[in-house]
Amino acid sequence: MSDFESLELRGVGRRFGGVDALAGLDLTIRAGEFVALLGPSGCGKSTALNCLAGLLPLTHGEIRLDGRRIDTLPPERRGFGMVFQSYALFPHLSVEKNVAFGLQMQGVPRAEIGSRVRAAIDLVKLGEHAKKLPGQLSGGQQQRVAIARAVVLEPSLVLMDEPLSNLDAKLRLDMRTEIRRLHQSLGLTTIYVTHDQEEALSLADRLVVMREGRVQQVGTPDELYESPASWYVADFMGYRNILPATVVAASGGEAVVELAGAADGGVRLTGRAVGALSAGDRVRVAVRPEDLHVGSTGGGGSTSGGAGVIPGTVSVVEYHGREFAVGVQAGDTMLHARAATAPDVGGAVTLTAPVDRVLVFPESLDAVVPQAQEVAA
Amino acid sequence: MATSTLERPLAARPSTWFVWAGMAAFGVFLLGILVAVVVDSFGRQWFDTWLPDGLTTERYVEAWDRFDLGEVVGVTVGVAVLVVVISVLVGVPAAYVLARRDFPGKRAVMLLFLLPVLMPPITYGIPLATVMYSFGLGRTLTAVVLVNLVPSVPFVILTMTPFIEQINPAIESAARMCGARTRQVFTRILAPLLVPGILAAAILVLVRTVGLFELTFLVSGPGSDTLVVAIYRGMTAAGGGEARQLISAMSVIYTATMLAMLVVALRFVNPTQLVAQVKETRDD
Amino acid sequence: MSSAGRATASLRHRLAERGIDSTLFLLVPGLVVAVALFVYPFSYGIGLTIQPTAAMREQWGGGALANYVAFFRDPFVFDSVWLTMRLALPAALFNVLASVPVAMVLRHRFRGKRLLTSLLVLPITLGTVLTAQGLLIFAGRQGWINRVLLELGMIDEPLKLVNNYLGVMLSLIITGFPFAFLLISSYLSGIDPSLEQAAKTLGAGWWQRFRRIVLPLLAPGLATTFVLTFVLAFSVFPSARLVGDAMGETRVMSLMAFRAFGEQNDYAMASTIALMMGAVELVVVVAVLGLRSLLYRGTTGGKG
Repeated sequence: MSDFESLELRGVGRRFGGVDALAGLDLTIRAGEFVALLGPSGCGKSTALNCLAGLLPLTHGEIRLDGRRIDTLPPERRGFGMVFQSYALFPHLSVEKNVAFGLQMQGVPRAEIGSRVRAAIDLVKLGEHAKKLPGQLSGGQQQRVAIARAVVLEPSLVLMDEPLSNLDAKLRLDMRTEIRRLHQSLGLTTIYVTHDQEEALSLADRLVVMREGRVQQVGTPDELYESPASWYVADFMGYRNILPATVVAASGGEAVVELAGAADGGVRLTGRAVGALSAGDRVRVAVRPEDLHVGSTGGGGSTSGGAGVIPGTVSVVEYHGREFAVGVQAGDTMLHARAATAPDVGGAVTLTAPVDRVLVFPESLDAVVPQAQEVAA
Repeated sequence: MATSTLERPLAARPSTWFVWAGMAAFGVFLLGILVAVVVDSFGRQWFDTWLPDGLTTERYVEAWDRFDLGEVVGVTVGVAVLVVVISVLVGVPAAYVLARRDFPGKRAVMLLFLLPVLMPPITYGIPLATVMYSFGLGRTLTAVVLVNLVPSVPFVILTMTPFIEQINPAIESAARMCGARTRQVFTRILAPLLVPGILAAAILVLVRTVGLFELTFLVSGPGSDTLVVAIYRGMTAAGGGEARQLISAMSVIYTATMLAMLVVALRFVNPTQLVAQVKETRDD
Repeated sequence: MSSAGRATASLRHRLAERGIDSTLFLLVPGLVVAVALFVYPFSYGIGLTIQPTAAMREQWGGGALANYVAFFRDPFVFDSVWLTMRLALPAALFNVLASVPVAMVLRHRFRGKRLLTSLLVLPITLGTVLTAQGLLIFAGRQGWINRVLLELGMIDEPLKLVNNYLGVMLSLIITGFPFAFLLISSYLSGIDPSLEQAAKTLGAGWWQRFRRIVLPLLAPGLATTFVLTFVLAFSVFPSARLVGDAMGETRVMSLMAFRAFGEQNDYAMASTIALMMGAVELVVVVAVLGLRSLLYRGTTGGKG
């Protein structure tokens, strides 16, 4: 339904009193795409969204819609729809009138408003609540109204600012599916801001991971999940074990590192080097819990082509349905692993992992160059 | 909630009784004052007895004529309404800016609006009255309205600022994203949300203006006296003041006017519902 | 800076970033009122104080500062500072301290609470002048209070309750207490009741709960309420004249200022007294607020 080819952000930046809340954001969004901006609070993702919406003026760069510059337009003339974290429904208007508001502003004829509002309300399955005031609805229902209000205008772009963060866990899953369904059935181009990696991975066609106002990595969920560009991105993608270490030797895309403080004797691991590394570099090693194998002591895992052996003591065991999440204390650090059977708490174990599942990143994040942001079509 | 307040009966402690006794004393004084004035105003003569010897409404007729109360009540109501309207028109936009914007010098502006509320009215009233007289506005209605604006405008600003702050600013952004222009955001979204706050502030300004003595007294004169000032002048007139019953009659008229204006004002206000809605949407 | 980010910010954008945009025009009417009706007259008044009348110069000396010399040297004028404080401080203190237990009790839900609350708030609509008239009748020599007490044999001759210090104090309490009560109630309602319940589960008795939980959280509210109630009581004028002893023990500053203004038409001296009044009040307000910030750190807890 989106009536444009591409939306281009070129060097978009926003300074707040001398601090870059957002800097040098380059991004091209194709019609129909679902792009998620991912990062912790304060990383600039909401700033980016508000700049795009026109609610915040840019201090640098420009935004073009099919080559036409739109960053100088006020928000009401950009023709975007927006869904807010706090829903921001008009508390004095009924559900119907909330949804109709934008159409009235556009001067759409009465009869058409009626039918479009009804269609939008039916789309979010709120038909029976049309006459209610927002205060009489549950959080999930309010968020549906907010979505209906945004999509009824058939905007060229829908902006969503952490729309699910105020909902409880179960409702969040339902609404996530709902948003995906709406996106697929309406084909609306969507930019979605979130701090929840699961939400971003499950919804988006493309993810933009941000840190301190700058882009860390842009890519498909698959790309980011399999090959994060930095330990920061890895942290977001479920690499729960991020360990400081020093490079002992590096060659041919692999690096041998010594973990800092993991055990008394000094534990060495071999992993896949991300970026150029040389001996003596300070690095971070990232491993997913599901890639860490828990074995009993003396199993000799290092010989079987593994990355190395980390000795430790089991300190926590959590039941996670099909498997157990195991917390292993190794020296000063707690490592997270998975096991099919529950090991004894307090028992000595060894942790092993395949070499290609251990990623070694430079410690510094500032040198990270975002990957080319174009999608391979 | 409700049960926790009931589990400990109010009568349980002597300290509670002490509080109730204090409130009872306060109530006795309050009712005594009110009833005494009302009884006195209807009394024919009342000296050394429990009650006046005979009732009459003559005092009202007499006071009405003597003090030209038709005009005084007219002035009181007129001044109050004008002050309320101007204060709201001037104060609400300013409160909006203070609630929503951060700008250089904001603290200074806040202080400027806070000072008239914190300062004794006489402190700025006397220089202000001097200025009024030197501009030839002394004893005019204009002067009475102007001096009443000095505490009223800041009052509206100080009460409306927190009220506007509690309205989620995203609601305004949402209206903009729906294509509303600045004017439409104000008329279609903000105005309806502000109505309860404005009405509450307006009622408080009304009560203050009708009751405000010091400032009005400094600049008013015959033809521009409000009721309080007229009563004060009656009580302190040369030669020991006017007959007590006349003053009482006038005081009752004052209270009746105040109550009438309050009742009329409250007829237009049912703020609870709207305010509750605003809060609900914000809370969850 | 960032090489990619060519600065596109126009002057308008740069100003907007600092919070300056056309919305600020909404502030203009309010500022005009404040400047024209408050700042200008106030500065004009300050100017007036150093232009004493010839008579004042003659009598008190000090050249341009004759009015100030008169203020501090003339016991008839200067004593009014003490007389005002003697009324305003105890009245404000009483109103605030009495409001706390009343507000605590009325915090609970019970039948007739609305009626009681509206009764307490009623005097706000009465105003000082009507209160004065009522006090004169009700508490006067032949008023109902003295009659009842005489009948009961508790006193032999009528108590003198009005036309003195006590009369003004009563009127200050009747008009000031409801105000203090309203403020304290709203501060009290801002304290989350679950805090007290938490203290209860930890074994605190009602006095400990009040002393260790409620009072510290209420302290800033108490200070603010004291300041506002003090401001009301400090500028006492009609009641000092009507139920007090205007030439004697209730010769407050505002009466002196008005005497100079209305009766002597000495605007310069009137402005001087008025300004000194503001200065004295400011000293008390700053002292209380200073004490508040010294003693209290943290938020008021509860909501918002």
